[in-house]
Amino acid sequence: MAQATTGGRQATAAPLSPYAIELKGISKSFGPVRANRDINIAVPRGTIHGIIGENGAGKSTLMSILYGFYRADAGTILINGHETAIPDSQSAIRAGIGMVFQHFKLVQNFTVLENVILGAEDGALLNTSLARARKVLGELSREYDLDVDPDALVEDLSVGHQQRVEILKALYRQADILILDEPTGVLTPEEADHLFRILQGLKDQGKTVILITHKLREIMAVTDNVSVMRRGTMVGTVKTSQTSPEALAELMVGRKVLLEVEKKPAAPGRLVLDVRDLRVKDDAGVERLKGISLSIRAGEILGIAGVAGNGQSELLEALGGIADATGHVVMNGVELPLAGRRNNGQTRRAAGISHVPEDRQSLGLIMDFTAWENIGFGYHNAPEYQRNALLMNNAALRADTERKMATFDVRPPIPTLAAKSFSGGNQQKIVVAREIERNPDLLLVGQPTRGVDIGAIEFIHKQILGLRDAGKAILLVSVELDEIMGLADRILVMFDGRIMGERDPEKTNERELGLLMAGITETKGA
Amino acid sequence: MELASFLQILDSTVRLATPLLFACIAGLYSERSGVFDIGLEGKMLVAAFAAASASYATGNVWIGTAAGIGAALLFAAIHGLASITFRGNQLISGVAINFLASGLTVVLGSTWFKLGGQTPALTDGARFADITLPFARPATESLSGVGFVSGFYSHVISGHSILVYVALLLVPATWWLLYRTRFGLRLRAVGENPAAVDTAGVSVVALRYSAVAITGLLCGLAGAYMSMGLSAGFLREMTAGRGYIALAALIFAKWRPWYALAACMLFGLLDAVAIRFQNIDIGLLVIPVQFTQALPYILTVIILAGFVGKAIPPRAGGEPYVKER
Repeated sequence: MAQATTGGRQATAAPLSPYAIELKGISKSFGPVRANRDINIAVPRGTIHGIIGENGAGKSTLMSILYGFYRADAGTILINGHETAIPDSQSAIRAGIGMVFQHFKLVQNFTVLENVILGAEDGALLNTSLARARKVLGELSREYDLDVDPDALVEDLSVGHQQRVEILKALYRQADILILDEPTGVLTPEEADHLFRILQGLKDQGKTVILITHKLREIMAVTDNVSVMRRGTMVGTVKTSQTSPEALAELMVGRKVLLEVEKKPAAPGRLVLDVRDLRVKDDAGVERLKGISLSIRAGEILGIAGVAGNGQSELLEALGGIADATGHVVMNGVELPLAGRRNNGQTRRAAGISHVPEDRQSLGLIMDFTAWENIGFGYHNAPEYQRNALLMNNAALRADTERKMATFDVRPPIPTLAAKSFSGGNQQKIVVAREIERNPDLLLVGQPTRGVDIGAIEFIHKQILGLRDAGKAILLVSVELDEIMGLADRILVMFDGRIMGERDPEKTNERELGLLMAGITETKGA
Repeated sequence: MELASFLQILDSTVRLATPLLFACIAGLYSERSGVFDIGLEGKMLVAAFAAASASYATGNVWIGTAAGIGAALLFAAIHGLASITFRGNQLISGVAINFLASGLTVVLGSTWFKLGGQTPALTDGARFADITLPFARPATESLSGVGFVSGFYSHVISGHSILVYVALLLVPATWWLLYRTRFGLRLRAVGENPAAVDTAGVSVVALRYSAVAITGLLCGLAGAYMSMGLSAGFLREMTAGRGYIALAALIFAKWRPWYALAACMLFGLLDAVAIRFQNIDIGLLVIPVQFTQALPYILTVIILAGFVGKAIPPRAGGEPYVKER
């Protein structure tokens, strides 16, 4: 690294190499964990390059090395053909690298302009910087379809607009290489489409874009090349046009993965849950659930589709005994209390309802508690966990946890590990194991695969289908249309606290559901 | 109430508000950078002691001031080291600083001066002199028969020591620094979202240390004014909770400089009223002096309990910055 230039901006003057970025032999260990092992990757200039891999495959570590957050233990970085040392973020910025993090690095109570100039001010006084930034931002907005009000406070902006601010920040720093880490995780489908148009525009202007994601569909839609990482190694780089989602999934996981779940036809039996005119008001007194009626039979999965925030969460909370509601809910012929002291998770569990909540980190788990403690929650009064009238039998609970971890393939299978130490997918497996293993008559499940990697998704889907085939009723809420269409036997679409309609997954398509999700009922005669 | 006593109250309001204002603005810098500081009290106390000691030894008020600033900076460095470098708990570090200051000043004071923890009285050259502004009547002149404007100018505006004016100028200066300069932008940002500053390639640690250093500097001035301006020498525990009151004023002001001025003036006024009036007779009953003396502290409790609107502190306040993966 003797000839390494720190942030060789001069390299852009006469590009010798067709590659914007070349990483050669990058390795990085954290203690005994080898996060990156001998990574080689070359990203051609002016392309959109996808990097995919499961959680923990080392994508983020690799990008952190490129952005100067970590220093690699070994290996070299070439920017535009020049060997470049990137000891800190400042060097990365000088080398023309911009990064859009999954969790935005914006100051919420600053204006867009202030956020853009932060760290890239022209001088000690702000007024000249602000004036120049306003001008440059105007040009960038027009050039790349990145429309944002420069004087708006960031906290007032939608998530999609906040992301545009992040992109503008990078472009204002004259980034030639833009790295986006899981950019669509928080976006609506329309916002994601807009983002892809922006990325396409950047590519047309000769910029290089690196897109880190676990969503195969996005990789297929926008990238030119795709590199696949698995357990710290680079397993391959392929042209997107010459591969398929199935092939990529197999590369990611290292074995064949079924993207389409195999499903036997449903055999609906007796009525399990009957809901009539369910209404929920939020803390501000605004009605969020405006009279929902539905029913679920044994042996079927009822899918609830909809854009997040249209009452799905309230539906789950009312049925799960978390929120107060009005109306009637009859479970196995018995009316459930919807408000008051007896409206809680305990009475729901007694009635045969299990609940895998949407937000596992706040409702499903206590992150600082161990796996075995988390497995016990809600069922801690179960007779098999008691030693006597006073004391719990923790050894029994731990043994039970070990068994459940083995059944659900939780990795690592260590009951004494804190919940926060598991990856998202394994956290979810812990919650699913706790709820499904109780053999409920009705399973409420919200966003079962949010933030879960592809191998675990397949596993969780199989578990849900297994429960259905065992003759249980399942209410599945998800914002992922693929998931709803793949698993559900009937689909209800929610919009603005109401049910817009019911569809048969075999006879509908994403377009039709998308319109219902937007609150548009089909025109007559269409 | 006659004009003379009214002007006297305003005069002492300004004097009594000055150390609060220094401490309050001091806290503003630290807390805006995301480092909570309940050690304002301790830094003021140790600065007051160091200032009075050095000033007594040398007979020079400026050497005393420098010593006060030095002592407060040292304590600020301890707080910085604990809460920025070692990512310790900022509240505990602040409490420790307050205890350390309280004990150290008494021990050193007793050993050096054998006066039970206080310094000998300072003579004129070792204290801040009052400045008479142009056209103002000298402070010694009687107040009787003076018009309001003239009296206000001569006795409330004029006739204070240099530090009073420094404190007042600090308010617009801080406003300008916070909202019109690069340093201010970064300072505000690092208290709200240090990750944004870090990823922009700016050092979070350097920013926070400079903010904590400014806090030390201003606490030094607050302490120096207490022992060499407001009084003539150091008395044990002479800050008497002013560091906490300044903190309350800072919360009351929602971490904004002009509001901080108003809040400190309010506390100064309450203090001045308590000193000027003993038992207040309002006809039906007599308000005991203890009550008026307790008023600033009662107000502090009310403010800190959140009765005067919701004060949202800087979002990253109190939390050490750890780079995430």
